[in-house]
Amino acid sequence: MEIFLQQLVNGLVVGSVYALVALGYTMVYGILGLINFAHGDLVMVGAMVALQTMLFLMGAAPGMSPLTMLTLSLAVAIPVCMMLGYTMERLAYRRLRNAPRLAPLITAIGMSFLLQTIAMILWGRNYHTFPQLVSTAPLQPVAGVFVTPIQVTIVVGSALIMAALIVLVTKTRLGRAMRATAENHRVAALMGVDTNLIIALTFVIGAALAAVAGVMYASNYGIAHYGMGFMPGLKAFTAAVLGGIGNLGGAMLGGIVLGLVESFGAGYIEHMTFGLLNSSYQDIFAFIILGLVLIFRPTGLLGERVSDRA
Amino acid sequence: MITLLEARHIDKRFGGLKALSDVSLTIGKGEIYGLIGPNGAGKTTLFNVLSGAYAPDGGEFVFNGAALPSAKPHLVVAQGIARTFQNIRLFRELTALENVMAGHHIRTKASVFGILVQNKRTREEERLTTERAYELLKYVGIERFATVTAKSLSYGDQRRLEIARALATEPRLLALDEPAAGMNATETAQLKLLIEQIRRDGITVLLIEHDVKLVMGLCDRVAVLDFGCKIAEGIPSVVQTDEAVINAYLGGGCRYEH
Amino acid sequence: MNELASAVPWLGRRNPQAARWLIVIVAIAAPLVAVLFGRTWVRVLDFALLYVMLALGLNLVVGFAGLLDLGYIAFYAVGAYTAAFLASPHFGVHLPFWIVLPVAAGCAALAGIMLGFPVLRLRGDYLAIVTLGFGEIVRIFLNNLNYPVNITNGPQGINTLDPLVLFGWDLSRNLEITENLSINSLFLYYYFFLACVAGSIVFIQRLQVSRVGRAWAAMRDDELAAKAIGINTRNLKLLAFSLGATFGGVAGGLFGAFQGFVSPESFSLMESIAVLTMVVFGGMGNVAGAIVGALILSALPEILRHLAVPLQQTLFGTVLLDPEVLRMLLLSLAMILMMLLKPAGLIPAHARYSHVEHLKRHGVSR
Repeated sequence: MEIFLQQLVNGLVVGSVYALVALGYTMVYGILGLINFAHGDLVMVGAMVALQTMLFLMGAAPGMSPLTMLTLSLAVAIPVCMMLGYTMERLAYRRLRNAPRLAPLITAIGMSFLLQTIAMILWGRNYHTFPQLVSTAPLQPVAGVFVTPIQVTIVVGSALIMAALIVLVTKTRLGRAMRATAENHRVAALMGVDTNLIIALTFVIGAALAAVAGVMYASNYGIAHYGMGFMPGLKAFTAAVLGGIGNLGGAMLGGIVLGLVESFGAGYIEHMTFGLLNSSYQDIFAFIILGLVLIFRPTGLLGERVSDRA
Repeated sequence: MITLLEARHIDKRFGGLKALSDVSLTIGKGEIYGLIGPNGAGKTTLFNVLSGAYAPDGGEFVFNGAALPSAKPHLVVAQGIARTFQNIRLFRELTALENVMAGHHIRTKASVFGILVQNKRTREEERLTTERAYELLKYVGIERFATVTAKSLSYGDQRRLEIARALATEPRLLALDEPAAGMNATETAQLKLLIEQIRRDGITVLLIEHDVKLVMGLCDRVAVLDFGCKIAEGIPSVVQTDEAVINAYLGGGCRYEH
Repeated sequence: MNELASAVPWLGRRNPQAARWLIVIVAIAAPLVAVLFGRTWVRVLDFALLYVMLALGLNLVVGFAGLLDLGYIAFYAVGAYTAAFLASPHFGVHLPFWIVLPVAAGCAALAGIMLGFPVLRLRGDYLAIVTLGFGEIVRIFLNNLNYPVNITNGPQGINTLDPLVLFGWDLSRNLEITENLSINSLFLYYYFFLACVAGSIVFIQRLQVSRVGRAWAAMRDDELAAKAIGINTRNLKLLAFSLGATFGGVAGGLFGAFQGFVSPESFSLMESIAVLTMVVFGGMGNVAGAIVGALILSALPEILRHLAVPLQQTLFGTVLLDPEVLRMLLLSLAMILMMLLKPAGLIPAHARYSHVEHLKRHGVSR
């Protein structure tokens, strides 16, 4: 039972991060029908930029409180990712909106590897220790389950961000314009929506979420690395598909469900396969779920739109 | 009249919408049979169910005395039913000749092994396919564009090419979905001649068309669909004066609710 | 061959016959020229030919059938590991190469069908990401199947694979002609690989101008219309996956025997992407494009490796960009810039799916 609850907590934490990243995928897919492969790498950029900022601050102002330092590093990482998201959209994806069907996808793959390569040039291939500014020392165990402050911060933080995003999309003029653009570009443009601006903003908002997710992810594991974004990116995409691509609530649900499946899967896989497989197979769960969902329920858990586009 | 195709009580629903309800038709061998009706009446849906793009929710098609497989397009074509599309769907990167050759696919047999070793049968089959495709291009009158890619053909020629491609499957029934859409008067007149020629060559034609003049001048019999129901059937001059038909075109609902 | 000939700059259009001969001469003479710069360049050419084979196979799937496969390298892995299982001290099995290679090809084809079945209904971007997952799953298994029973030997991989022996002729030994004249093993491999590539090209071009090639192209251009003319898209997709995989498997088997060891590292996602870039860079859907793309993008990183490192050392006194980084940079930029500037690829030749020569008497010509 304790193991079960502990896995539940772990799954919830990872799942919250997946959910944040999945939102970026799902918003872009909903509006452009494009899988922005490079979105996962924005998670990495967010973490690396935050790391760089922290290292700078530690040198420049040694006595700074961890909270200030975290806030400042986020304040640097988020705009950097936003700018990067905007640049990608403006320089590459916008030109490819009417291109043959595989062109934007192939460009996105190239973009992902380009970001990783640049990160490799800037920060090398090594794993970097990421300062854990929010404590990872367990709090008083409840029912034998250990919860750390960083875990609490991640779950609460992402819940708040997601709530804010939902308010933005459902209650504001900007949100209405986004939904209209997702429904139909041309009609939205005829109704006076500046669709180019809306699409760019979608990328920018997604990038901001990715930056936050990157800092959370790196803080949780205490490690940052040029390739750290790719796998979580793929998993977040899986989460978005699982929840129903194009659907914000679905992305959140999908993220949490995927986090839980992975956590329980890794915890119990040895029992389930009689010791044949162990937790090093953790990464295959996401792919298997992705395959199963796409084959048996391509609309996802909450999806409304049929995903029949090329 | 010898029956070629019989639709028996075809039902098709999309969610709550009844696209076809209890539609029954009989098409005789050698006929040109028209299917008309206002927009959204279910004509194209009937085509899609017939050609196996969708499975019907009820009913069946009997073709040449045997039930047609449902939702298996390639088997339907193999039985001898070919179709064209309302919005032309050609293989854009292939030449006109190659489009028609692709249409001959199910009537050819070469295996991967035969292709690898290029045995005599494979080579002979390939040569015959090429020849036949060229003959068909000639038949529809666009042989001079044999080596032009489909995407660069004019609109009218694309329509002709689509018919040639459908004929390459060696059908007994050719189903044309609004072949005259977007054509000018001259092109329509040429199309009419082509369809008559196709019938003379022993192929039954099922025609969806909006151009009432064309339908009335070409078809032996017509059926009228409205809101997914068949509201009239018969020879064109009689159907034209049918009260239900006039109502359907001027508004009003389906009378034969089920 | 005709496509390749017409891709030769300047000469191709004017005199295809001469262009064809030129290609044959260059292909045969290439290692003789390369060796003047050092033996390692012959090795680079050997690997380039393996990449050509991979690109040809992937082009079949992506370019002809229109199925974007991001896990293609998995089939290369299946071929290479099959060779390792059947001809190395790892299991103590040493089967002759003429058995190993067909088995490797067969296993890869089977893997292709296994991947093909579940993804039949998926298209475009979804297909891409599921195939990517398939590739990763294969790699994860290769990495971890050393426990509880040691099958793949985990991340260390399998060593000392049997060399390529054809009818008692060991390609890994230099061929002694006279006492002071011998042909280096790298050349022997080169000509053997060249023969394999030539065979592949012939096969693929025959497929292209056949009912199968046309059906693939039809499916790629408009799946619904392809179904409407009676094409069994399910079978043709499976055929594309399995034939594409076969090329991957053969290349993998050759790679294993040539390199002498296999490890999961060689089959990373980056390699799948690299092969895809070669196809995209050269021009999807035409054989010449796949070949040229593979040659350029496999040789260029090696040239950079030899030029850029000393250059950086003299300029900056240190190596800022190591060769692996340069390769990734080159590949990712090639992919992005090609899509933005020249989406049809370097050689946007119009692919042929018919022999118009059959219609000569009607006065039809290209």
